Amino acid sequence: MKLSSLLNRWVLFAAAVLILAALVDNEYYYTLFNFIGIHALLVVGLNLLLGYAGQISLGHAAFFGLGAYTSGILTATWGANPWLALLAGLAVSGVAAWLIGIPALKLRGYYLAMATLGFGIIVYIVFNEAQALTGGPSGLHGIPPLSLPGLSLNTPRRLYLLIWVTLGLILALSANLVDSRFGRAIRALHDTETAAQSLGVDTARVKLQVFVWSALYASLAGSYYAHTLNFIAPASFNFMFSIKLVTMVVLGGMASIWGSLLGAAVLTVLPELLTVFHDYEVIVFGAILMVVMIFLPRGLVRGLLDLWEFRRVKKEGGIIA
Amino acid sequence: MNLSADQAILNLQDVSLAFGGLQAVSGVSFRVPPGAVKAVIGPNGAGKTTLFNLVTGFLAPESGRIVFQGQDIQGRPPHAVAGLGIARTFQLVQLFEHLTVLENVMVGRHRLSRAGMLSGALRLPWTRREEQSIRQQAWEALEFVGLQDRARQPAAILPLGLKRLLEIARALAAAPALLLLDEPASGLDAVETDRLQEMILALKAQGLTIVLVEHDMSLTMEVADEIAVLNYGQLIAEGPPRSVQQNPEVIAAYLGTDWQA
Repeated sequence: MKLSSLLNRWVLFAAAVLILAALVDNEYYYTLFNFIGIHALLVVGLNLLLGYAGQISLGHAAFFGLGAYTSGILTATWGANPWLALLAGLAVSGVAAWLIGIPALKLRGYYLAMATLGFGIIVYIVFNEAQALTGGPSGLHGIPPLSLPGLSLNTPRRLYLLIWVTLGLILALSANLVDSRFGRAIRALHDTETAAQSLGVDTARVKLQVFVWSALYASLAGSYYAHTLNFIAPASFNFMFSIKLVTMVVLGGMASIWGSLLGAAVLTVLPELLTVFHDYEVIVFGAILMVVMIFLPRGLVRGLLDLWEFRRVKKEGGIIA
Repeated sequence: MNLSADQAILNLQDVSLAFGGLQAVSGVSFRVPPGAVKAVIGPNGAGKTTLFNLVTGFLAPESGRIVFQGQDIQGRPPHAVAGLGIARTFQLVQLFEHLTVLENVMVGRHRLSRAGMLSGALRLPWTRREEQSIRQQAWEALEFVGLQDRARQPAAILPLGLKRLLEIARALAAAPALLLLDEPASGLDAVETDRLQEMILALKAQGLTIVLVEHDMSLTMEVADEIAVLNYGQLIAEGPPRSVQQNPEVIAAYLGTDWQA
């Protein structure tokens, strides 16, 4: 990867965010962009864990929910500063991930998938049942907007810039991470833990670290979500949402930072376009997952690039290696 | 312990391990002097790879001691053993197939570098410098095995012979004090085997201590200073290549006792 092409991506990203901010004058679209951004935060984090390190979490909605509820309860019920509440959410989610990860990640295989599946279900039940704290199934109301010094982020348009600047930073951090000593270690253990260990990689520790890291992204997204909607209810954090996140990762492309953004965008916009299918959303997501795995197993970004390459080489009459 | 035992870089003392009823390694003691190339030979299933797994921490012995540079290492986890400077290759090549050839070797530098998750994500100035030195050291290891032209390719697409060389480069990047090669010549053609032989001799000339499990006898005879012979988990002979070659027990183990009668 040449430096120039890498720089261009970030310039393009920033330019696109700013141009949209200048051109679009419709609150609905900003709300949509904001949800894309929030989902992308979640998906990048899950992709680091799933796509790069090869560890499956089926309960990422729980960390999203822990962030959202910690922010919501601390600000709406106790009047705390939203930014401090966000930090508290990160602490809660990070500690929860750490505690689940320690036993689950010492072992190879599907223990993490099972542990996070169970954790997700438990957390969902707690959101529903701890009514005094969470408001139960009818949700938690009156969450105040975020604010910067002298500026309340109380419109979708104002939030848009915060969310997308944050996303830009998170994407940059993640791209750095993947191309670092730590990133090589997680990608290496994805292929063979034995060889990684034989070179001094403490695989249990590294897996735990990336799991916690990805839970922190989810928690941050959750806090933003709570302050964006000003209302949260348990249904947003159920098992189905965890599956939706996995679908976004797979659709965008495993082990692809930019694919995460695309996967989040497509699967956030699609339900809006297909409102007729509302009752069948689960089926649509299942079908997408199947079709992608069968025809574009490397996801949209890589898959389309491969197709492009295939056509180009075919046109030039070359041989594909 | 006598003086020569203290001088050994690796010293196995009465090491045993059974899998269920099978005594995979049984009371094996042997020493590897610094700078030596020691070959471990024996029929299939004799316990050679098990011995490697014991030394590298993938298995823990039921009894006995494994001493590396004066430290007891039996039962330590593999990453900790690797951290002390023992690197290995695998009988069935274990590359990071989705990483590039160069990245594979860069993982070899893991134990000698320290950028963590946060410092890597923030790309702090010192991690950039570290990254540069990782890259350079990895590049040198790649050049040593002659794979620099393949640096940017995914490891998965290399032919087997080159994969074995890449595994050696990756292990060398860890700057080990002791290198364990598990059947490095298996699957190589004659030309590649010659190249491997030169490489092992070059490493020996640099003073690296090597333990080698190998079935290719002509390679073993050329590079080894000492040979240890395992059969059914027991050490049946040990010594310089020529004497081991003529040892009747060894001949029996390889060809069967009927041959002698």
